[in-house]
Amino acid sequence: MGQACKQFDDSRFYALVGLGLAVLLAGLGAFHYMEEHGHIVTGMNNQVVWGAPHVFAIFMIVAASGVLNVASMGSVFGKTIYKVRAPLSGLLCLALLGGGLMVLMLDLGRPDRIIVAATHYNFTSVFAWNVFLYSGMFTIVALYLWTLMERRMKPYSKPAGLMAFIWRLVLTTGTGSIFGFLVARQAYGSAVLAPMFIVMSFAWGLAVFYIVQSAMFAWNGLQLHPAILRRMRNLLGVFVAGTAYFVAAYHLTNLYFARQTDFELFILFQGGVYTLLFWLGFVVVGTLMPLLLVFHPALGTQRAMLFASIGVILGAFALLYSFIIGGQVWPLQLFPGYAASSTFGDGTIASYSPSLPEILLGIGGMAAAFLITTVGVRILHFLPEDDLIPLEAITAD
Amino acid sequence: MSGQEQKPLPGRRVFLAGGAAAALGVLLAPGIRLIEVAAATGGQPGTRASAKVRWGLLIDTTQCSSDCTACVDACQTENHISGTAPTDSQWLRKVELKDMRSGRSASVPVMCQHCAKPACVDVCPTGASFKRADGIVLVDRHACIGCRYCMMACPYKARSFVHAPVDDQNPEVPRGKGCVEGCTLCVHRVDKGQQPACVESCPNQAMLFGDLNDPESAISQRLRTIATTQVRADLGLDPGVRYHGI
Repeated sequence: MGQACKQFDDSRFYALVGLGLAVLLAGLGAFHYMEEHGHIVTGMNNQVVWGAPHVFAIFMIVAASGVLNVASMGSVFGKTIYKVRAPLSGLLCLALLGGGLMVLMLDLGRPDRIIVAATHYNFTSVFAWNVFLYSGMFTIVALYLWTLMERRMKPYSKPAGLMAFIWRLVLTTGTGSIFGFLVARQAYGSAVLAPMFIVMSFAWGLAVFYIVQSAMFAWNGLQLHPAILRRMRNLLGVFVAGTAYFVAAYHLTNLYFARQTDFELFILFQGGVYTLLFWLGFVVVGTLMPLLLVFHPALGTQRAMLFASIGVILGAFALLYSFIIGGQVWPLQLFPGYAASSTFGDGTIASYSPSLPEILLGIGGMAAAFLITTVGVRILHFLPEDDLIPLEAITAD
Repeated sequence: MSGQEQKPLPGRRVFLAGGAAAALGVLLAPGIRLIEVAAATGGQPGTRASAKVRWGLLIDTTQCSSDCTACVDACQTENHISGTAPTDSQWLRKVELKDMRSGRSASVPVMCQHCAKPACVDVCPTGASFKRADGIVLVDRHACIGCRYCMMACPYKARSFVHAPVDDQNPEVPRGKGCVEGCTLCVHRVDKGQQPACVESCPNQAMLFGDLNDPESAISQRLRTIATTQVRADLGLDPGVRYHGI
């Protein structure tokens, strides 16, 4: 009987790995196609210079930072139920960061020159800072995982966790600042973007963590303790509400500045797909629905929390698409007070539709993260062991 | 769940340790500066661009008619650029303006403004975007990784991305798929003592090229006598291109 179960598990594992590899290969094939033909085969142009791959990459990089929050609550803030989740949290961080950076690098115009990016630094560039922040994150989280999983290193897990906690806050500040430091385009250039990205990372990371944890528990025939479910549920609710607060503050301040009003009216009311994604995708599916699912007294079950997490992730993609692409299609205002037109798109809303290779590349990065996670949890011990926690620690608030 | 302790195989431990060490090596590599940034020279063998000079342009839009594209045509011929699709490069374009209150119109040639504090140079991660000592802002084709961050940062939409392979190039103006490019102020001509192609082609002499640092230059003298503006002067980038009539 045991042997039969093992074989079943093996076949399911290899099927998942096979699926992940197939999607990853499709993504790499799309990259090869883009590399051969140039970005002419994408939907990008000289106005919309960052397309769908950036939406995927930035989601993964932001979520990578946020998913580590689970470990921080254990190691830094001493919450017992999160301590047993710290290794899985660290693994997911590495997996998402790897997937996100893969997409970012393969979307470069000259990905063959990655060694140039690794050897030439311009220290006034937020991008250059991020190269250090990303590579540092890999190193620190790998060391942190070592302290968590190697018994001899356990005493060092608290300082390593603190270091990882600080580093990931700086990292997401860096990711938000990629946009925050851009004064040319009206959608960006705001100091609120750095903290907004940090709070978004908390929500998106926890949603990813919950989905992976659900899959692992289902795989092992385990049930999440109701007290742990309640605490994760409340936490997700707070993070989703926090994200909504920052997004509202960003749009309301913009609406207040007369020079920004036209852009805000476009994004919020007249922007077609960008408006729809913002209201239906982010506000309804990514915010209101998850809040209802986690806080309604009649809901809040494991299944409701799973749907809430999926909603948060779908909302994240909708928000990023509206922010990154919608922010770029709006024309640059070179001559305020004048109506402008040219052969180069001045004064007109640019058009962009993602091409299949772009989407495949983005999904390929997700597949890379999925593969790292699947193989990681198979070969090492990442399953949260709630049965080892004293009951009073689980129920204590 | 895992009631019994699983003993990891020694081989797996060695493998993981080796893998971690290799990954650490790869991650530390960025900290080691392997290649020095090539110094930008002034073109003529043995001469460097001089910081005593700041090349600039003065464009008199009152002399510029909307049906004339001589400067744009000359730019395209000189630099072997063509096309007006959203994915085609345009180093110089004519922007047609209409004052929303008065209805007054103007036709304005817009190119890289060769800022004293260029946003593209600030954001470029590799230093491929750079400003020569004489104020000309360029892209080092060998260091550009095609991240397009400069295109996000430039408030003048002055940069283009090469979306497809290019052929029929001017040997003095190298271009390449996957790199960002923009107006070079015809640096290859300037370094030979010539004028930029757009300036030379203008039938109404609406464009004046010269040294903004030399008080005796024609451009400096003209700037002292007529009212001029910088585009988006509010951003404080101090563009080297000045406009009259807008």
